[in-house]
Amino acid sequence: MNNEWPLWEIFIRGQHGMSHRHVGSLHAPDAEMAIKNARDVYTRRNEGVSIWVVEANNISASSPSDKGPLYEPSESKVYRHPTFFDIPDEVGAM
Amino acid sequence: MYAQMIKTAGTGVKSREEMTEQERAFQDKIDADIKIEPKDWMPDDYRATLIRQIGQHAHSEIVGQLPEGNWITRAPTLERKAILLAKVQDEAGHGLYLYCAAETLGVSRDEITEMLLDGRMKYSSIFNYPTLNWADIGAVGWLVDGAAIMNQVPLQRTSFGPYSRAMIRICKEESFHQRQGYDAIRKMAEGTPEQRRMAQDAMNRLWYPSLMMFGPSDKESVHSAQSMAWKIKINTNDELRQKFVDQTVPQAEYLGLSIPDPDLKWNEARGHYDYTDPDWSEFFDVIKGNGPCNVDRLAARNKAWDDGKWVRDGLLAHARKKRTRNLAAE
Ligand SMILES: [Fe+2]
Ligand SMILES: [Fe+2]
Ligand SMILES: [Fe+2]
Repeated sequence: MNNEWPLWEIFIRGQHGMSHRHVGSLHAPDAEMAIKNARDVYTRRNEGVSIWVVEANNISASSPSDKGPLYEPSESKVYRHPTFFDIPDEVGAM
Repeated sequence: MYAQMIKTAGTGVKSREEMTEQERAFQDKIDADIKIEPKDWMPDDYRATLIRQIGQHAHSEIVGQLPEGNWITRAPTLERKAILLAKVQDEAGHGLYLYCAAETLGVSRDEITEMLLDGRMKYSSIFNYPTLNWADIGAVGWLVDGAAIMNQVPLQRTSFGPYSRAMIRICKEESFHQRQGYDAIRKMAEGTPEQRRMAQDAMNRLWYPSLMMFGPSDKESVHSAQSMAWKIKINTNDELRQKFVDQTVPQAEYLGLSIPDPDLKWNEARGHYDYTDPDWSEFFDVIKGNGPCNVDRLAARNKAWDDGKWVRDGLLAHARKKRTRNLAAE
């Protein structure tokens, strides 16, 4: 049996009310230890106020070759941006 | 540097005509400074070279804890002890960031660890020198971490995303390392005549080994052109060594320490210091395993790995048992 500890992806919320952000990964036997290790590896200088750990093999990711089909549809929809519309100066801020 | 003499896989730089369409698209991304991410297509030689380079870098961070850890219990004050402990703990973190980056290329942590333990992979030659007294700890932080920074700062721009991100994290922490070292050796350089003598002695022993960290001279450097085209090597060895010398000489002068090189002098025309190269035969000898501490360092890493086995196995068995129990209870 493979006796390597599983890999965990680590997400940390920084100080200022931001969302959790991926910071890296580490090995740990279980979630509890992953959180403890993440504290030591990724928050030695107060980089965070909250830690999420997710076992890496539970993450599904888009594949790089899907880049075209996945994102291309939004490229032609310029009207989704407010700058698409001309608003007369007289109307004021909008 | 932390990664010295990395053998670049492959047959050298290909011309655009020799490249496959995939290879051309890959090189175009690199030339446009678009990062390569783990799931993107990459040439096998790029992957193999990066595993070697990131692996050697990671091993250096881990083995590098040994010479400094040697002095934690004997630090002269509680404050110095706490600082050194934090510094050494950072190095463990650096090793872990880098191992994780290497793992995204498809090598497992156990595999890469075992390659260090059985000597298939190397770590930086510098950590095969001993730290004989407290002055050495100051000199290591100042010179060794100083040399590491020279190499790591440009590597923040390297083409492989996970490696670049690890470097950015590491660089944020390195400045503390160098400053605490300079501060420690400064205390000694400004102390009693005996402390001053110790500081100079540390300088005398560690100067050339620090210069060796950048790897052999460009004349002897095995073709790094491919690594540079891939942006996994940013500067040549001699460029970085020169930068290090230019930066360090004034810092030594401030301390009143002399650099153990009678031919070191400012060259007005070049705008750089002229300096003497280290003894390269010593360097190659240390790389081959004949440095003063090679045997000790590898023995210490092997002992830690072997002695830790029951902890790794025990915690994993416990985690598996808990999981099975939870599943049964559902
Ligand atoms: Fe480091
Ligand atoms: Fe270091
Ligand atoms: Fe360091």
